[in-house]
This record gives sequence, C-alpha cells and structure tokens, in this order.
Amino acid sequence: MNQDVTITVIDREGKSHELIAPTDMAMNLMEVCKAYELPVEGTCGGMAMCASCQCYLESEHDLPEKSDDEEAMLSEAFHVKENSRLGCQIHMSKALEGLTVELAPE
Amino acid sequence: MVKTDIIIIGAGPTGLFAVFEAGLLKLKCHLIDSLPIPGGQCAEIYPKKPIYDIPSQPEILAGDLVDNLMKQISPFQPGFTLGECAQTIEKNSSGDFIVTTDKGTKHQAPIVAIAGGLGTFEPRKPNLVDLEKFENHGVDYMIKDPEKYRNKKVIIAGGGDSALDWTIFLANIAKEVTLIHRRDEFRGALDSVEKVQKLKDDNKVKLITPVEVTELHGQDFLESIVVSNEGMIKTITTDYFIPLFGLTPKLGPIAGWGLEIEKNAIKVNNSLDYQTNIPGIYAIGDVNTYPGKLKLILCGFHEATLMCQSAFQMIYPDKKNILKYTTVSGISGFDGSRKEAKKSTIKAIK
Repeated sequence: MNQDVTITVIDREGKSHELIAPTDMAMNLMEVCKAYELPVEGTCGGMAMCASCQCYLESEHDLPEKSDDEEAMLSEAFHVKENSRLGCQIHMSKALEGLTVELAPE
Repeated sequence: MVKTDIIIIGAGPTGLFAVFEAGLLKLKCHLIDSLPIPGGQCAEIYPKKPIYDIPSQPEILAGDLVDNLMKQISPFQPGFTLGECAQTIEKNSSGDFIVTTDKGTKHQAPIVAIAGGLGTFEPRKPNLVDLEKFENHGVDYMIKDPEKYRNKKVIIAGGGDSALDWTIFLANIAKEVTLIHRRDEFRGALDSVEKVQKLKDDNKVKLITPVEVTELHGQDFLESIVVSNEGMIKTITTDYFIPLFGLTPKLGPIAGWGLEIEKNAIKVNNSLDYQTNIPGIYAIGDVNTYPGKLKLILCGFHEATLMCQSAFQMIYPDKKNILKYTTVSGISGFDGSRKEAKKSTIKAIK
C-alpha cells in the first residue's frame, strides 16, 4: 500500500512546491521540507524551540492541537498569525493528503 | 597571548571531545565560546532533553552529556575563553594562527579547529523600523550592568525566563519597570511568574499584555515606544527598551574568514581529515558540510577524532603516529594523572 501523501509548500518567494512525503518514516513537516532542500533551517532540530520552521496553514485540514511547547514558542516568535504552526510539530500522516502551507518569513 | 597546539572555536560536544582525542596525542587545546558556559546547544537550548543516539548511552540528558565530556577531558587541562566571540584570524610570521575575540583576547596556535555548531548565539531582534539607530542608545538586548538602569524608566519585552528574571531584579533598581508581552501567559519558572504577579499586585512593576511593540521614537536617544493590540495604541515614555526574545544562532564573524561556505556551513574535505580550504584550519561537527553530511553529535565525535590525527601530522610532520587503544595504553593527563587498566598478576594459588 502506498504510504505517501502529497503536500504543497509555498516558499518565501511565493513559489509552490509539491512534495511527496512518506507517512511511515516518523517524519515531520520541517524534515520533509529539509529533505526537499526548501529553505527551512530547523535550527533546534525539531524541539519547538526556535520557530525557524514556522509556516501558515493554508488548507482546511484539521491538524492536531498545539502542544504547550509549540504554543509557548509561537507566543515568542515573530510574524505569528492565527494560522501559524511549527512545521516540526506536524507529523506526516495520511490525514495530511493535500495539505497546503506557506513558509513564514525568516 | 594564549599559546596552545589547537585552538578550538566552539565548546559544544564536538569541540569538547576534540580535546580528548588531541590529549591522547599529547596536543593541548584551548576552547573559545561566545556562551558563558561550555556545552554549546546542549547547555544553552536543551540541557534537560534526553538524547537517544549516543552510542552506549540508551538515554542521556544533553546537560549530563556535557558534564560527562568535561569530566572525560579534565586530565588534558583544556583552557577556556568563555563569553567571548572569535572575531578575527590571521597568520603571524612563524606561520601560526592568531585568533582574536571581540573582547581582544588573543590566542596563538599552529592549528585551528572550528567546532562552531550553528554559530554564535545572538539575541533575537524584533522587526522594528529604526531599531538599529537606537541600539546602545536606549535599546539593549542583554543586561550587562544593572546599575546602568538605576533610577531610570525601563521597559522589558518578552515572555520567557530572562524577561521575568530581569523584571524582578530591576524592580528594586530602576525608577519604573514595565513588562510587556504579546500574550497574557508567560513561559517561565513558576516561582518567577508568581514573583512578578506579586510585584504587579504591589504596584512595583507595570504589566501590559497582550501587546506588541510597533514603533520606537526619540531624537538621538530613545524617548518612547508605541505598543498596540487590536486597534488599541499606546505610547509609553521610557529611558530604556530591553527586548528579551531569546537567542538565535548566526554563523557570525567566521563567515568572513575566507573559508568556503555552502548553505551556511563550512566546506571540508571529508574523505581525508575535515580540513577546510585553508590549510591548518579544520571544521568539525554541525558547522561543516560535505556530501552526505549528517548533523549528529556522534558524527561530530568521529570527525574530531580524524581531525586530531591530521593535526598531529601537520604539527609534527617527521613524527610517526600510531593509533593506540586506551584499553592498552591508558590515559596520561597533562595534570600528571594516570588511568590504565589493572595489570593482571601471576601468582600461584597454593
């Protein structure tokens, strides 16, 4: 069975990238973006501690609630909007098929 | 002038372990780090987080990993220049490198190993027009001398421990302390949050939340800031504005040292010895890049080990170096200490 989902990431220049992401490798959105060499730093390695993977949710997907760590980081980060999420906290699952996010400014 | 065999820039796990490997080859090391404590990211960002991919350590806290490394390298008596940022590098007439920090401390060695990780941790700055104009003219990103704020009006921004701690501290020094944050919730030690609550209840500090700073005003020196939230706009007069939004790593001055840089990392020769394009300068750990690079602590340890072998050959081109096992030859520290396996004795049992 195919375990991949297709997601769309809009980079900081407004260009759309269609990414095929595995759901059976315990990957998160930050890691998927890095794997495709999109300009996502992931400075802290995915611990919700730097906001360098902040993105805006542009599709109607119901993502899991933010953890306390993610909430706290987003309360300190810059360019935060209502639909801000940290890519490192979004785990790839089948439910994310068709997800669209836009990378937040650095 | 600090003189040593290897100047290591960056006292994170990779830099610390390089001291050990160098020590086995009787090379002395001196570490420079912009943070006031050794450990790099492990100490600064996630000391309480467990790491699971250190060989033979099923689970170890990052802070404990640093403590263990410090213990492991102590026989080799490394020197430390902490809280200073390596700023410039040059060669002297004898071919040694001279590395000078932002505070003017000079270090001399034939070999430089850059183990700078993600770079130097610098304060995260808010995105405000004229911010740079007011830096050191009313805007400070860190508090070096609290006395500077005595009888002054101070506005601190931020929602973490440092914003809370300094609010508490300056409450007794400054004429007026205002803490502003973009949310009502603060992320800090419970004790600190409660203390700030009490200071607020006692009218000893002012608290304005949730607001964002949108403008800075003043002639040569900061005079007021503007905060806003959903249409509410307020101007507050102040002498100082101190945004405390945490630290973010930047490659920093190293980027201008003439090293080949690719994607914010230093290119090295990984098939050989992790040397950069400048002979005698190595880059190890997260700061380097090569095909297939993985930013893992365990890879940094490996790189540090190979780098030290190459550095030895460079310092002593005529000496033969043979790989020795610590299980066989033990460890002789520069402090005179000696560790080795117990010798078996041959004695008849009657």
